Amino acid sequence: MAQGPLIYRQRIWTRITHGIWAVSLFFLLLTGLQIFNAFPSLHIGIESGIDYDNSILAIRAEQDGEVLRGITRIGGWEVDTTGILGVSGDAARAFPAWATIPSGQSLALGRVIHFFFAWVLVITLAVWALASLLNGHLRDLIPTISDLRGLPRDIANHARLRFHHARSYSVLQKLAYASVLFVALPLMILTGLVMSPSFNATAPWMLDLFGGRQTARTVHFLVMVGLVGFFVIHMLMILAAGPINELRSIITGWYRIDKEGE
Amino acid sequence: MMDRRRFLTAASLGGSALVLSGCKVLDGLTKGDHPLRNVMEAANGLTYRTQRLLGGDALAPEFAQSDIRQGQKPNGTINPDDADYQDFAASGFADWRLRVVGAVEVPQEYSLAALQAMPARTQITRHDCVEGWSCVAKWTGVQLSRVLDAARPKAEARFVVFHCMDTIERSLSGLVKYYESIDMRDAVHPQTILAYGLNDAALPVANGAPLRVRVERQLGYKMAKYLHKIEVVAGVEGFGDGNGSYWADRGYDWYAGI
Repeated sequence: MAQGPLIYRQRIWTRITHGIWAVSLFFLLLTGLQIFNAFPSLHIGIESGIDYDNSILAIRAEQDGEVLRGITRIGGWEVDTTGILGVSGDAARAFPAWATIPSGQSLALGRVIHFFFAWVLVITLAVWALASLLNGHLRDLIPTISDLRGLPRDIANHARLRFHHARSYSVLQKLAYASVLFVALPLMILTGLVMSPSFNATAPWMLDLFGGRQTARTVHFLVMVGLVGFFVIHMLMILAAGPINELRSIITGWYRIDKEGE
Repeated sequence: MMDRRRFLTAASLGGSALVLSGCKVLDGLTKGDHPLRNVMEAANGLTYRTQRLLGGDALAPEFAQSDIRQGQKPNGTINPDDADYQDFAASGFADWRLRVVGAVEVPQEYSLAALQAMPARTQITRHDCVEGWSCVAKWTGVQLSRVLDAARPKAEARFVVFHCMDTIERSLSGLVKYYESIDMRDAVHPQTILAYGLNDAALPVANGAPLRVRVERQLGYKMAKYLHKIEVVAGVEGFGDGNGSYWADRGYDWYAGI
């Protein structure tokens, strides 16, 4: 594909907020796994069943003769995850040291860092939403009717790692970014708040909306899994689409598009 | 277009960089008094002020009898081995007294029977442990505000400190008894009760007999068990390591509304 001109594609507000929430989400994820490790199971409903079972996922360590085995149970399906989940580095812990901040067990510090970056994320999202509303960036993320008609072709192009570098996002990009910014991140913030006993008093209806505190905790975890999935694909797409060009665009704003007619 | 081999190489390099970046970056903050940690802890103050502002004196959700599906899971100390406590327990807490002292006009002393003779409040609420689990149970007790009203806090009163009978830690510097504190706003909240009943029975030893506090808009560690003294104070600096609670002295946030 022949190279076209450099265009100014990402505004300063987009670039700064992108950088801040990339850092925030990194720390939120790793401290979140630290917090999860303090009670490594997910439940549906108001409370977590202790005398009865309302869990959909549980990670545990089990003594098997001489060895300690990590067992992960999803619904009724159990799998040995020794080395990663349940047992790692010869210790019983749900997520391994390399996936948590701090690396050792510290619920207290995990919470301090988690809530600090939760505030950073919320403030950054608010700034981004306001700036993007004013400068028109929000419109860049909403797929148009003709975008949606081109969806099958865009999927086929992505599957062949064939990317068009254009002035506007492709329809898959729009859908991916919009679902993160308008669905996943707001859901993370709301389910996080619903886990707060003080916020439950302030907005009990939101607790009911999510079907109870433990369900909210489960949703918080599942959306996290979705965000990690988004991140992995996001990185692969950048590598496949031309990392230098993509990085220049998110750091300086300047992006080289394809030559017209290609 | 990038060929497949280059793509896979780049992808695996990116992946391993991510893992190596690993997670020891903030391990230094595990130690209590780190400047960066102090900055991050300020977020808890922001949460505290925001939740007070938005929440006011709103009531925590209360649940139905049918939502009680299990016993209340005990946590922390579940059977204090302190001699004085064991003596009280042996006599059914007949000799036990709750003292209300500090910045009050009229210090008070209550027997368990005296507390039970006061107007009672019963509430079915959800107990949230900082670890992440929740448990619904029915609590019966006397509102802390009634006890405070009788003692008449002085103008300087800002916090209520709960002194407990259980030794939670035996360290080189001696025995550490559990203690907690809450602000006056939470102390006089209608759902803040001194509970002596759990699920229509006397409060069991594992859950804090004879008396524990319920602070329904905060996490479980605020709800001190095995109470014997309530102290009204202007500041919490003089207790433990000065952070206002046993767990706050160990790195947890003093305000546990989230």
